[in-house]
Amino acid sequence: MTLLQGVFVVTALAAVISAVMVVASPRLVHAALWLVVTLGAVAVLFILLDAGFLAMVQVVIYIGAIAILIIFTVMLTRRVMADSGPQANRAWWLAVFIGIVMFAALLALLAQMPTWWQATPPPLAASADFMIEDLGKSLVDLDRYVVPFEVASVLLLAALIGSIVLARPPAETTGKTGPE
Amino acid sequence: MIPLSWYLILAAALFCIGLYGVLGRRNAVAILMGIELMLNAVNINLVAFWRYLTPALIAGQAFAIIVFAVAASEAAVGLALIISIYRQRSTVIAEEIDLMKW
Amino acid sequence: MTTDLLIWLIPLPPLLAFGAILLGGYRSNRLSTWLAVAAMVISWALGLFVFAQAVQTEHLGANPFTSSIPWLPLGTSVIEIGVLIDPLSAITLFFVVWTCLAIFVYSIGYHNFGKPRDVQDVPGLPPRASGIEPLYARFFAFISLFAFGMLTLVVSDNLLLLFIGWEIMGLCSYLLIGFWFGRESARKAMVKAFITTRVGDVFMLLGMVALYTATGTLNFQEILRSPETLNRLAETPAILGLSLAGLIGLLLFAGTVGKSAQWPLHVWLPDAMEGPTPVSAMIHAATMVSAGIYLILRFFPLLTVGWHPGEPLTTTMAVIAVIGAFTALFASTIAVAQNDIKRVLAYSTISQLGYMVAAVGIGAFVAAAFHLVTHAFFKALLFLGSGSVIHGMEHGQAASSKSAALAAPGQAGPAGAPETHDHVDAQDMWNMGGLRRRMPWTFYTFLIGGLALAGFPIVTAGFWSKDEILSSAFGQGQPVVFVVLAAAALLTAFYTARQIGLTFLGKPRSAAAEHAHESGRVMLLPLVLLSLFSIAAGWAGIHHEFPVIGGAIPNFVEEFVGQALAERPEALPFAFPPLLTSLVVSLGGLGLGFLVYRNLPRGATDPLARWLGPVHGLLRRKYYFDELYDFLFVRPAYWFAETFVYAWVDRKVIDGLLHGVGRASLRLGAWLRRAIDLPVVNGFGDLVGETTKAAGSAFRVIQSGRVQAYLAAGLLFVGLLLSFLLLVKP
Repeated sequence: MTLLQGVFVVTALAAVISAVMVVASPRLVHAALWLVVTLGAVAVLFILLDAGFLAMVQVVIYIGAIAILIIFTVMLTRRVMADSGPQANRAWWLAVFIGIVMFAALLALLAQMPTWWQATPPPLAASADFMIEDLGKSLVDLDRYVVPFEVASVLLLAALIGSIVLARPPAETTGKTGPE
Repeated sequence: MIPLSWYLILAAALFCIGLYGVLGRRNAVAILMGIELMLNAVNINLVAFWRYLTPALIAGQAFAIIVFAVAASEAAVGLALIISIYRQRSTVIAEEIDLMKW
Repeated sequence: MTTDLLIWLIPLPPLLAFGAILLGGYRSNRLSTWLAVAAMVISWALGLFVFAQAVQTEHLGANPFTSSIPWLPLGTSVIEIGVLIDPLSAITLFFVVWTCLAIFVYSIGYHNFGKPRDVQDVPGLPPRASGIEPLYARFFAFISLFAFGMLTLVVSDNLLLLFIGWEIMGLCSYLLIGFWFGRESARKAMVKAFITTRVGDVFMLLGMVALYTATGTLNFQEILRSPETLNRLAETPAILGLSLAGLIGLLLFAGTVGKSAQWPLHVWLPDAMEGPTPVSAMIHAATMVSAGIYLILRFFPLLTVGWHPGEPLTTTMAVIAVIGAFTALFASTIAVAQNDIKRVLAYSTISQLGYMVAAVGIGAFVAAAFHLVTHAFFKALLFLGSGSVIHGMEHGQAASSKSAALAAPGQAGPAGAPETHDHVDAQDMWNMGGLRRRMPWTFYTFLIGGLALAGFPIVTAGFWSKDEILSSAFGQGQPVVFVVLAAAALLTAFYTARQIGLTFLGKPRSAAAEHAHESGRVMLLPLVLLSLFSIAAGWAGIHHEFPVIGGAIPNFVEEFVGQALAERPEALPFAFPPLLTSLVVSLGGLGLGFLVYRNLPRGATDPLARWLGPVHGLLRRKYYFDELYDFLFVRPAYWFAETFVYAWVDRKVIDGLLHGVGRASLRLGAWLRRAIDLPVVNGFGDLVGETTKAAGSAFRVIQSGRVQAYLAAGLLFVGLLLSFLLLVKP
């Protein structure tokens, strides 16, 4: 086992274990924190895959925004929720079963690919800087991926407006919207 | 050095754990965390395939960027929804939000 | 406008008056009176004008005034209707318009026009005292319609139009006899009149049908003025040895028997006296019953086809003569025993009509027509006079009960005089008497009419016409008819004198008669007018060989009426025996009657009853013919209608059938509902519904409302789909 493989194994284990803790942790704040660990492990994996920019994006967006958001939400909805007690719902065994089946199916499917056994990645043709630049250019190039980029920005706008509207405090009842 | 299959197995595992989180957790926020796990697994898959099969095409990374954007917006909206529901119903347990049942 | 076209207008004004009164004029009595009388005046004027034209025309019989239009298309032929004025219809028109006008004017006074309405009078019953008739306008509407019917009949040129007028008069007779429908006797009389005349009308209709079938036409000129047609009818044999002409003649005569109240269909006319007196005068003396005589006069050529004067009578003629003569005697025997003033006149009418029928039967066309005209005048006069008498008696009754109530209320009156509080019959002659002094105008005019009826010589019209008939009977060599008619004349004179004596002579026999007073001018004027005609009308028919005065006035009747026939009848030579017989019979009868009846006291019984004994009862009960008909015809008819048809056939059979069908339908329907509708149809509908509900209930459990379940299900199906696409169909 080379060094890289070892790093990979450690990272993978961290990711999996922390993922399991995310879904199994009885206290939600713990789960959120474990989620942060998982996201960090994924960022490391991105680095291993020579996608440094993506690793940074992962850290900034996922950990820095989404995980924080999740923690905020957990804290805002804390009062009545059962913070302790079983966190699995009634049909959790079905979920386990589905998970296992899914896992097996995915593996069976993927194993049929001829490239499954590819052990070494092909060499990178360009430098990392060039890749980042190329990534940026591709997102605005009219011949390439400007449309998904623009659509994604519209989506973000919609999400922005939507979440603001949704999360506003309820309006003062002026007597018009009451049941009487 | 690191076979592609390892990445793929890892991604599949993370995906299925996230799936369990979605289907098997009571709290709505926990469900969202499961969804984030699934999205991350998808990202790993995407980048692995990019690296091992077509490293010259930057499309793989672009795809992953878009997935990031989508995940972020979806998390924002989803959490806003959860907060709104919590305000109305004082609960975030998915089982109890069953107004649409028969 | 030529005379031909003017004739069309004669019947119309009364019809228009009828319509106008019906459509709103009835609300005003004054307006109704004006409408009816004005219409009658117009018809009268037109009728006289046409008559004047007719009289001045030479050879009117051969070239009558005529005009016709096509009316009823029947396949290839067309029935035409039209008008015809030949001598017969001209003189009929003459007396019809005069008598109708007189009666119209009389009715104004008879129904107390101008007097206030008595609030205790009930519509449908006669006025109690002298209030105006409550249904005044209705009366004038009906008599206007009646006048229309008669005038139509007179001017028509074919049997169909004549029949239409005939039936209209039958209807009006029904309506007017039952004018005071509140009385049960009136209601029965109206039905009796209608049904009895209907019997005759049915046979008449058969005769019309036979005539039309045999000749293809109903036009008088075409049938009666065509020797070929008549001879053909005479030679075609029909049934029972009669020729077709004879059969048709008898059938048409049956109509006359009904309408002119000859035996055996005479029973309706006496009961018809239930109507107001103008009705009796108009319908049953002057006009309607005359229509029957008019019919057989019109069809004289058909009835006498193949016969010539001096020959023995044909079967048809013999039947007619026998019925006529018999009726004349029969009715006059009944008349001598009647006590109601109008009944005497009713039977007298029947008897006089019998005279005319007998005259036709023996072939005396001119005599019958002559008597028809004179009889109309004096009989109308007599009826109207009797109406005046009755009015006077009713006024007297009201006056006497008022004065008695004022004089001694509650006290017993003088011995033997309880009548001040009783209601005496104002029409019973035994309650009258001495009215000569109380009602002079009525007396004198009635006397003139009565003398005319009895045949008082020279100065009355009845003498001339009756003498003519007797002369014809004698001259034609019909001794039986002659004797029977002479006997009837004797009785006629007798009962006329009886009537005048009981009513006007002697002393009043009741308080009502004591207090009677004369009628008003409106009623007296027609009486005077008619009495003038009753005197003078006969002078138009004086035989030119009559001793002393014969030839001074041309015999208008003989010449004018005679030309109505194709073969102008020869005037018979004058003979003394019939004249002597007439004189003896009439003067003798009158004298006898006056002697017996002129001074009978109050409370007296009829001397005739003492002399005749039980026979008198038979006469008074009219030979029990009404009872006989009731037993033979009326009761079986009622039984048939009430029991057989109504109770059995209608209720049990027809209704039973209908109820049965109804019940069967209900049962069928109920069974269908039970067996098919509920289980199958409803069942199927319910099944669909219930199945859907069950399926829904079964399926809805998957709608748990839990998002995670939905996600799991979605995942499952996506997985299935994917595996299908990738593995089964790569």
